[in-house]
Amino acid sequence: MVLIRKFEEAAAKAYSVGKIGGFLHLYIGQEAVGVGSIAALTPHDYIVSTYRDHGHALARGLHPNPLMAELFGKATGISKGNGGSMHFFDKNAHFMGGHGIVGGHISLAAGIAFASKYKKEDSVTICFFGEGAANIGSFHEGLNLAAIWKLPVVFICENNHYAMGTPEYRALAVKDVSVRAYAYDIARDHIEGDEVRKVRDHVKVAVDRARRGEGPTLIEVSTYRFRGHSMSDPAKYRTKEELEAYKKKDPLMRARHELELGGLKPEELDQMELDIQTQIDDAYAFAESSPEPPLSQLHKYVYAEDK
Amino acid sequence: MAILTYREALNRAMVEEMEKDPLIYLMGEEVGHYQGAYKVSQGMLDKFGEERVIDTPISENGFAGIGVGSAMVGLRPIIEFMTWNFSLVAIDQIINSAAKMNYMSGGQFPMPIVFRGAGGAGGRLGAQHSQAFESWYAHCPGLKVVCPATPKDAYGLLKSSIRDNNPTIFIESEVLYGSKGEVPDDEYTIPLGLGEIKRKGTDITLVTWSRALSFALEAAEILEKEGISVEIVDLRSLRPLDENLIYESVKKTNRAVVVEEGWPVAGFGAQISHLIQKNAFSYLDHPVERVTQMDVPMSYAANLERMSLPNANRVADTIREMLR
Ligand SMILES: Cc1ncc(C[n+]2csc(CCOP(=O)(O)OP(=O)(O)O)c2C)c(N)n1
Repeated sequence: MVLIRKFEEAAAKAYSVGKIGGFLHLYIGQEAVGVGSIAALTPHDYIVSTYRDHGHALARGLHPNPLMAELFGKATGISKGNGGSMHFFDKNAHFMGGHGIVGGHISLAAGIAFASKYKKEDSVTICFFGEGAANIGSFHEGLNLAAIWKLPVVFICENNHYAMGTPEYRALAVKDVSVRAYAYDIARDHIEGDEVRKVRDHVKVAVDRARRGEGPTLIEVSTYRFRGHSMSDPAKYRTKEELEAYKKKDPLMRARHELELGGLKPEELDQMELDIQTQIDDAYAFAESSPEPPLSQLHKYVYAEDK
Repeated sequence: MAILTYREALNRAMVEEMEKDPLIYLMGEEVGHYQGAYKVSQGMLDKFGEERVIDTPISENGFAGIGVGSAMVGLRPIIEFMTWNFSLVAIDQIINSAAKMNYMSGGQFPMPIVFRGAGGAGGRLGAQHSQAFESWYAHCPGLKVVCPATPKDAYGLLKSSIRDNNPTIFIESEVLYGSKGEVPDDEYTIPLGLGEIKRKGTDITLVTWSRALSFALEAAEILEKEGISVEIVDLRSLRPLDENLIYESVKKTNRAVVVEEGWPVAGFGAQISHLIQKNAFSYLDHPVERVTQMDVPMSYAANLERMSLPNANRVADTIREMLR
């Protein structure tokens, strides 16, 4: 979680000095959701993410260097510079992409789960999306197909209460996304997302259920993003008080507190944070010093045979 | 050599490929128990079972996405759209997911998927069911676009599309499903991107594909009686495009007409016309002409539908004008 936080703080800095282009959607504040959820998986399970994918990729264990390099648009990036912030992919890690069209990836996740079932493999796919995505057709089609075919997939709605500038009460006829599970006769769960171990334990139940062939689950995890929707959003649609109230429940503070209760000394934790900062500094330097993709790459990868 | 219908040729191609490779499955509305809305998948459910011939609810965006997701992890889906008109509901998955997956992942995710189904205009189906969409898909890098006009081509091209590691838009002509033609008994494939001269001639080159080939052939017959010799280039696939075949023919005839079922504005004929003027300009004795559907949605009225679609007489008139 600290790695994600520091990675994104460094990315924000790089963005503000023009080293990173395009959109940059930060995950700061939501770390416990991705880390907890992905902790419930084995290496052969699959993860499908959104444009807010940095946290999920790091939680999967991807090294920060190629991720930072991707943000910088470098040849050493995880998608060779073709993807950018919204499109991290790592086939080996079964990290099946950050996807930029809201909700479009929900049926892709069902498709990956479909393939697992088809090939009689016991992999489970988890799919992250926001509450804004729960209003789009793909969500409903994806869940219905997953339900009728009992696909091994867990749908995780990270409800941070805003879709860009639209608060949930202006977008959702029924505020609780998880009750939509009833419409598809699948299992549901609804948890607070500031306690990482709790997220892991709940997601694990759903993952096990999927692995046993008992079909999908819709989990809503309530969370909050501390930054705007993206770097270009000053987030004027919400109050300072609201933000401050959520910051008091910062999942990182909470995790640190638990680790201290578990017997780790503050100095040890400080040292760990320093080590992580060093790792991020290295990633930054790696990204900065990496070469841009060769111009000959422009026409590569359009088709499978363009290697 | 057997005489098969266009639909039987497609069926044979799918069956043979699925017998060879267990990773291939067919998915779509009514492909299984109903035996296919246009009976292209007749008998396949019995042969392959419900695990590989999969009926879906009406949810084009959803099952197109299932196909793309499953292709990311190695399956080789054939996704049938009942007709291409309904593919518009899934166009996000086709273009934003399938066409770009390999590129935006830096080459990590090839996309061995075929989207296929009935396309084209006619049959008094009205505005929402009578449309030729190949230009829309041919617009997008990352996709391959295939439009066979004969049973022989349908068989060979579908097999190549299924074996290809890229997303292929395979547009069958609804009007041609019952049309018959010779199909060699021995297995064969036709490489994507290879057109064919369907008729040799010396006075003018007619570039076409899919059902419009029949308008072209008919026009050529009419004109032959008037002493005009027409060469017909059937592109068979728009992406990749057999450019040289077009230029070679134009070099010989010095004139070209594109005949297509779709609308004129930003239609694929505009691209061909540009390519010819760019790459064979010095051989041209006349500007490249186009015969297309009229620039209107399709009317239900029989006379207006007839008027809207290209036909042999319009093609013949255009050619006579060019040779005057
Ligand atoms: C189909 C589509 N419409 C609009 C957008 C622009 N857009 C990007 S993110 C976003 C908000 C989505 O909110 P939510 O799903 O709640 O996720 P969050 O950003 O809160 O994580 C919008 C409107 C898009 N990318 N795709």
